[in-house]
Amino acid sequence: MASPPDLKSGATLRNAFGGVLALFIIFLIGVLAFSIRLFSVIKYESVIHEFDPYFNYRVTQFLTKNGIYEFWNWFDDRTWYPLGRVIGGTVYPGLTLTAGTMWWILNSLNIPLSVKTVCVFTAPIFSAAAAWATYLLTKEVRGTGAGLTAAILLAIVPSYMSRSVAGSYDNEAVAIFALIFTFFLYIKTLNTGSLFYATLNALSYFYMVCSWGGYTFIINLIPMHVLLCIVMGRYSSRLYIAYAPLVVFGTLLAALVPVVGFNAVMTSEHFASFLVFIIIHVVAFVSFIRGILSPKMFKVAITLVLTVGIAVCVGAIAILVALVASSPTKGWSGRSLSLLDPTYASKYIPIIASVSEHQPPTWPSYFMDINVLAFLVPAGIIACFLPLSDASSFVVLYLVTSVYFSGVMVRLMLVLAPAACIMSGIALSEAFDVLTQSVKLQLTKLLETPPNAGDTKDGSSTVQSDVVEEDNKMIDNKTEFVKERPSKKSRKKDKEIVEKTRSKSRNQKRLMILPLEASSVAILLIVVLISLYVIHCVWAAAEAYSAPSIVLTSRSQDGLHVFDDFREAYSWLRHNTEVDDKVASWWDYGYQTTAMANRTVIVDNNTWNNTHIATVGTAMSSPEKPAWEIFNSLDVKYVLVVFGGLVGYPSDDINKFLWMVRIGGGVFPHIKEPDYLRDGQYRIDAQATPTMLNSLMYKLSYYRFVETDGKGFDRVRKTEIGKKHFKLSHFEEVFTTHHWMVRIYKLKPPKNRMKEKLKKPKMTSKPLSGTRRDESAKRNPWQ
Amino acid sequence: MAKSSSTDAVTLIRSLRSAYAATPTNLKIIDLYVVFAIATALIQVVYMGIVGSFPFNSFLSGLLSCVGTAVLAVCLRIQVNKENKEFKDLAPERAFADFVLCNLVLHLVIMNFLG
Repeated sequence: MASPPDLKSGATLRNAFGGVLALFIIFLIGVLAFSIRLFSVIKYESVIHEFDPYFNYRVTQFLTKNGIYEFWNWFDDRTWYPLGRVIGGTVYPGLTLTAGTMWWILNSLNIPLSVKTVCVFTAPIFSAAAAWATYLLTKEVRGTGAGLTAAILLAIVPSYMSRSVAGSYDNEAVAIFALIFTFFLYIKTLNTGSLFYATLNALSYFYMVCSWGGYTFIINLIPMHVLLCIVMGRYSSRLYIAYAPLVVFGTLLAALVPVVGFNAVMTSEHFASFLVFIIIHVVAFVSFIRGILSPKMFKVAITLVLTVGIAVCVGAIAILVALVASSPTKGWSGRSLSLLDPTYASKYIPIIASVSEHQPPTWPSYFMDINVLAFLVPAGIIACFLPLSDASSFVVLYLVTSVYFSGVMVRLMLVLAPAACIMSGIALSEAFDVLTQSVKLQLTKLLETPPNAGDTKDGSSTVQSDVVEEDNKMIDNKTEFVKERPSKKSRKKDKEIVEKTRSKSRNQKRLMILPLEASSVAILLIVVLISLYVIHCVWAAAEAYSAPSIVLTSRSQDGLHVFDDFREAYSWLRHNTEVDDKVASWWDYGYQTTAMANRTVIVDNNTWNNTHIATVGTAMSSPEKPAWEIFNSLDVKYVLVVFGGLVGYPSDDINKFLWMVRIGGGVFPHIKEPDYLRDGQYRIDAQATPTMLNSLMYKLSYYRFVETDGKGFDRVRKTEIGKKHFKLSHFEEVFTTHHWMVRIYKLKPPKNRMKEKLKKPKMTSKPLSGTRRDESAKRNPWQ
Repeated sequence: MAKSSSTDAVTLIRSLRSAYAATPTNLKIIDLYVVFAIATALIQVVYMGIVGSFPFNSFLSGLLSCVGTAVLAVCLRIQVNKENKEFKDLAPERAFADFVLCNLVLHLVIMNFLG
């Protein structure tokens, strides 16, 4: 304490330096988040991935071509034939508008990028933004050091990477950024009590509503936190400012998005926020009265108000219950219900259960997706409780709820990932804080310098080591995460030293001292742990999550094989069929067919009409003739099936076939699942049931399959097929791709012979025989 | 029992009134504004109950406009209240600027939603 002014100027200099360094690190984190997601472009090519992104891509193309007003009114007649779909009113427009705006800005700057390029790189750009948002959020909760750590962890967390590699142009890519940023602004408002941030918070929430159906998570989590704060007796006027405007603004803004509309005030997902809105007003009023009254009078007031208040509350709850009961959707939508009751979907809605990402996750998938973070999270929770603030209680609540939701659906692991990163960031930062501090103190003791001078000197030496480490980082990108952590911690520690009075900080430091050996070993171990995480993340980015699933590769002794069958088939359709031909396939391939082949499809991945999907499922599971009749009644010209038996591609239509049977049977009871199973087992070999062997899906998949190897050995099911030699009477094969992965069949025209001609008038008036007329009426409601 | 509670109520109201009389005038003006906004909201709810909620977005925007105005005014009142220790370093001008901004956003949204 020799010269306080000197110390002060040194500290400000150090702070300024730390600020610049932090900024630089944040920038590097953004670069890292962006570049680690480019594996898919480097290893494959710049393509849109999977299924839903193709739809988003098509919508973006429409938007950039026709403008925003056309987009809102877009009725798409190339899908769900003959119903069509109102795209503008049924799509979350956030992603499309974002990419469209980006494209428009680039083009007006005379940077002629194609829409596809913009779409491919939207997700990496937004994951960099998400990492920055994580930094801001964690900084608001626990200081800069924890913020930087959490940002790095999030930049490379595999769970988020799986949804945001280049080309994965899906809602989640921008929605996670919006989610974290909304949470950040909420915490910021809570900490500062500024109306300005409250407005920004509402606007950010609006962006989230635009982007993803997961916005209901926010509008339920924030009320939960508010309620928690009130129950814990932490009510403050800042809480009121953070919450009450958000509800009003949020409801209004959500109602502006066409796909949400009046649902924002009509469905039960949003009612929790209104209830808490009422509660917080009651609490605010009570605390106001408490403020202006003397304690004695307040007691009197409370007894009076309680009697009246309870009556009012009961009344309000009664009204609310009545509202819920009378709301047109009868409360909750199917997807939300399946969140609250994990078995709901599999019991009632096969179409939700049939999607693999709606299944509950397995334990390995936790390890795969968040890796070592799973072990660090509990430590982070403990760190959040010392001391507990409004912000840290929010983060804990976020973690707990997202752990529950991730346990219900694999897909929601994505929501867990940021929470896990924040928690682990806090835990790591705290751990390094304690360890480096004790190492530093003991080193000064070893050097036998006077403690007062030692502190400042040591501070500057840490800054120097920061510079050295920064250089290392520039050279070696991969060890970056490992190395910069200690430097960040020391910077945070510097800040703390400045903030606290010196005697107090020295006391605390003495308390936190660990033996030198133990702490250095612990630092080493943590560094090893984090490098394991980094290695795992890079591996996941490079190998596991970069496959576009539209182009497949496999490695064998004689080199790399590329299976480009999907694009081959779609371009065949595009070039060899009429523009208005209808193509039937299982709904998984609907988006791709409309986007890549530009042909009308019967059903697609939007799955809004269960009956329509069930019709296609029924056709696929029926014998050839009834299937032909169903398809013919839908004006279908071509049927497309995906078959992996030749090359061993496991997610083909035969493996999905049971879902077709289930979904079809759910609407048309003459399709019964047991008919397709032999003793409860699904098989396609000689033991298979005759219904199975005669179903259209079996025939279209295995037609002429025996000609490939003479035995008909299916490499996915690892058996020889049951029925090898058969002919098709109502369909003809028009195209099969190189590896037989996609097979396209054409419906034969009705027979032209005399016998059929006599029958034909009868056929048109009554499409099916009398006994099945009811079913046919049900099957084709538009006829 | 009833008498004691009624005298309690009378003393309570009296002390409330005397406590409230001490509030600065600018806060009283804000209070009046809040009461007015809530009264307008109530009138709309009653009107909706009698006539029906047919142009639902009009009703919703009217109601939420009032509620939003009231909520924002309450926020402003919290921030400019001298007795509130949490906002000592927030200038009233800044609070008012935030309030104006919020109202602007709110009413832009409402105009858009009105249909």
